Amino acid sequence: MPTSKSEVLQGTLDLLVLKTLDSMGPMHGFGLAIRIQQVSEDLLRLNQGTLYPALLRLEQRGWIASKWGFSENNRKAKYYSLTRAGRRQLLEEAESWGRMSAMINRVLSAS
Amino acid sequence: MRELFSTFTHRLAALFRRRRLEDDLDEELRSHLEMGVELNMRKGMAPEDARSEARRSFGGVEQTKENYRDQRGLPMIETTLQDLRFGFRMLRRSPGFSALAILCLTMGIGANAAVFSWIEGILFRPYPAVPHQERLLALGGTAPGEARGTPISWPDFLDLQRNCTLFDAFFVTKIMGTTLSVGDRAEVTTGSIVSANYFDAIGVHPILGRGFEPGEDTGRNAHPVTVISYQLWKGRFKGDPQIVGKTQRLSGTLHTIVGVMPEGFYGTFVGWAMQFWVPASMEETFEAGGYKLEDRGARWIEAYVRLKPGVNLRQAQEEISAVAARLESAYPDTNRGRGIRLWPLWQTPFNNAATLLPTLEIMLVVVVFVLLIACANVGNLLLVRSFARRHEMTVRMAIGAGRGRLVKQLVTEGLVLSAFGAVGGLLVAHWCRHALVLLFPARGGVTMHLPGEIDGRVLALSAGVCLLATLVVGVIPAIQTRKLDLAGALKADSAGVVGGAGRAWVRSGLVLVQVSLSFVLLVGAGLLLQSLQRIRNSSPGFSTHGVLETVVPLVSAGYDAPRAQSFQDELLERVKALPGVESAAFGRMTPLSYGSFSSTPIAVDGYQPPPGEQPVVQYNEVAPDYFATMGIPLVSGREFTRADDEKAALVAVVNETMAAQYWRSRNPIGERVQVKGRWMQVVGVAKDSKYESVRETPIPFFYVPLRQNFSRAADLFIRTPLNAETMATALTREVHTLDPGLALYEVITLQEQVDRSTSPQMVAVTLVGVLGGLALLLAAIGLYGVMSYVVSQSSRELGLRMALGADASNVLRLVLSRGLTLTAGGVLLGAAMALALTGLLGNLLYKVSPRDPLAFGSALVVMTIASLAACTLPAWRATHTDPARVLRD
Repeated sequence: MPTSKSEVLQGTLDLLVLKTLDSMGPMHGFGLAIRIQQVSEDLLRLNQGTLYPALLRLEQRGWIASKWGFSENNRKAKYYSLTRAGRRQLLEEAESWGRMSAMINRVLSAS
Repeated sequence: MRELFSTFTHRLAALFRRRRLEDDLDEELRSHLEMGVELNMRKGMAPEDARSEARRSFGGVEQTKENYRDQRGLPMIETTLQDLRFGFRMLRRSPGFSALAILCLTMGIGANAAVFSWIEGILFRPYPAVPHQERLLALGGTAPGEARGTPISWPDFLDLQRNCTLFDAFFVTKIMGTTLSVGDRAEVTTGSIVSANYFDAIGVHPILGRGFEPGEDTGRNAHPVTVISYQLWKGRFKGDPQIVGKTQRLSGTLHTIVGVMPEGFYGTFVGWAMQFWVPASMEETFEAGGYKLEDRGARWIEAYVRLKPGVNLRQAQEEISAVAARLESAYPDTNRGRGIRLWPLWQTPFNNAATLLPTLEIMLVVVVFVLLIACANVGNLLLVRSFARRHEMTVRMAIGAGRGRLVKQLVTEGLVLSAFGAVGGLLVAHWCRHALVLLFPARGGVTMHLPGEIDGRVLALSAGVCLLATLVVGVIPAIQTRKLDLAGALKADSAGVVGGAGRAWVRSGLVLVQVSLSFVLLVGAGLLLQSLQRIRNSSPGFSTHGVLETVVPLVSAGYDAPRAQSFQDELLERVKALPGVESAAFGRMTPLSYGSFSSTPIAVDGYQPPPGEQPVVQYNEVAPDYFATMGIPLVSGREFTRADDEKAALVAVVNETMAAQYWRSRNPIGERVQVKGRWMQVVGVAKDSKYESVRETPIPFFYVPLRQNFSRAADLFIRTPLNAETMATALTREVHTLDPGLALYEVITLQEQVDRSTSPQMVAVTLVGVLGGLALLLAAIGLYGVMSYVVSQSSRELGLRMALGADASNVLRLVLSRGLTLTAGGVLLGAAMALALTGLLGNLLYKVSPRDPLAFGSALVVMTIASLAACTLPAWRATHTDPARVLRD
């Protein structure tokens, strides 16, 4: 089902964006897209465009903030950065993600 | 939770910054793509390849934007705004259609809003400026044989006030008229006799000076003070800022003006605006019948209570009834058989609320009918347009619009129309606020006051009506979208047939509903009109023509009894000497007027009342020649003469019903009747006539000589062929010769008196008639619309018929018969509804059966004529179909 797949993707994408901004500091959309593709070793073959509604959603929830700025090539770009609420959210999600994967690992190794 | 809230505020804010945000998005995506191109070129790609690779890895730009927009704003609201804009555009594009539709809805919603505002302003919130009217109740008495409430006595009122605990206040307000002279102008004006707590109890306070102080309602004539209305202050006293402390002569007594009430306060009487208030201690100055504050038998006050918060009518009534029962056993002479009762304001027995209630109830039903008819018309108009827009709709569906989305758009268009209609309707209601007064016959001197009130509740109800209209109006064309089929819609069609049912069923159904509803209204109007005629033509038992009536207000001019008596004698001599006057007489009360006759317990020689029952009969005090002047025939015996004065034996004249009830088969002449402890001899029997209402069944009634029971309040009756204006001039001259300071009431015929007493019926007839006419017009427009449409859609069939030899009269008959079939169906349906509904007219009907064939017959005739008129133009157009042209097309 396309919907459930995109939902899984959405959750993962949110987490990836938050994590990337946490480790790399403020970034623009293009940078984020490239970085996420690199980190996931092209496992996540997403259309870069999908990133933007996700960024808007995160901003609406108050987890990231955006500001117009200039890139290293002096190009006007919108920079996203993690907010305090975003950092808290990242910790929570990372933790629950860890628990979840640990549990799955246990289940898989037990059999 | 916080995220939800934050998301919502972001989205909401986005609605108002769309353009900015849209630019931002464009810029951001453009910069993304350019960075992609740059990166690819650095990797060594050719510019062309670099560009297309960047686009490929980005994905669909427009799709991204669309997803982004859905995430950004509130899509529900945005599409609604879009629909609204579209709706407005559609309205602007066809102004004729829009104007007609809005006009129809304005009528429908306006009629509803106007009636709501009357009901609010007359029945539920009748007293502007008075807070918490939902806790006010009317307080009156009950007595055996009295269908309406009676006034109560001052001592009973005080006992209630002392012994009840569930009430914030008991207060008295008794309407009265007096002559007010300021400068050289004397005129009749209305005021109230009130308890001292009145202004505190209703919660309205003077803007200048003070209200009444506790104790000012005690002591005989002890406190000649008055509070005046804002209008009186501004009008007659020219807004004099030093008014408080000045004196004004009222009913012959100098009163000190102690206060001025605020603008917009008219007292507490449905129908008339009060101009001044005096405390109850001044009762004797304004009321005929002497000092009544210590007389438990004198029932004259109209009272209200204010409930404590949380107390309901039933609890309050229980407490009041308990006190009334104690009073009954403590004072059997005056209170036996008498109860005390509370009424909600809208049923107040002693003002115009009670008389207008049945009319307004009927109006509620009538305006719902008018609204439905108007909605059906607009629905029909929209339907015509939805055919014209079938192409547009089909295209929208073909490119993927859901049916729900189309229906939503149609309903939104309906909402735009009915919102305009609602605004127009409220304007109509606003203009009609004072229209009810215009329907009442004019009365000299004082004007009626029956304001509609457009408050929050009326606005809310009207909004509800508007939504209802939207649903009806929007859903009708929406039904039609069900029938859209993508393939078939591109085919042209003018190939319908005149008699064909097919798609036309919705429209025909609507016309059927319109015709039937307006038929019901026509029947209702017919019934009311007929009963009004019966009422006006039924004989009240006295002459209605050739007898004039007026009031010479001696009480309010400050006359004491001996002076009033000699004035009346002198005036009568002068009037009788006037050319054209056949006879003249004074009487205390005019039949069918607002006031009530005196009533008294009686005892009759040889009549044993059933145990526990005390016969009470109403009576009037009349002068010699009263019966001859009024034209009330005497069955036997004689009427009063000048010899029946203070020194002569006490006498009485009884009516036929009283004679039959108390003397059975015996002849009452020469028998005795005891009234207030005095025995009187019956000297005559008069024919029955009407006393309080034209519609009453015969009641026992008797007359006593004015001389032997003197009252300063006296109405003057004059039998003369002269008209009222001529007599008024002559009479005013005679009155002013005797006393230049006296203001005469208007001179009217007794027919006018009858007409005034039946004005509620008159109002009902006018309102139902006007709205019935409106409904008929709307229905005719609807029928016209459908027939025009049928003709235009079946031009090919008509052309074919004509090519095959049908002539103009065949075609005319064909179209007319289709229209008349619709009408006949509507009339049948309407007749069935009318048979079920006219019973609601109940006591507005007088001697007319709710199934009166004449009313149904004339409604049929009117309906047929209207529908013929509506069908003629389309039919005529049909006969001018050019067979060659339509068959070629």
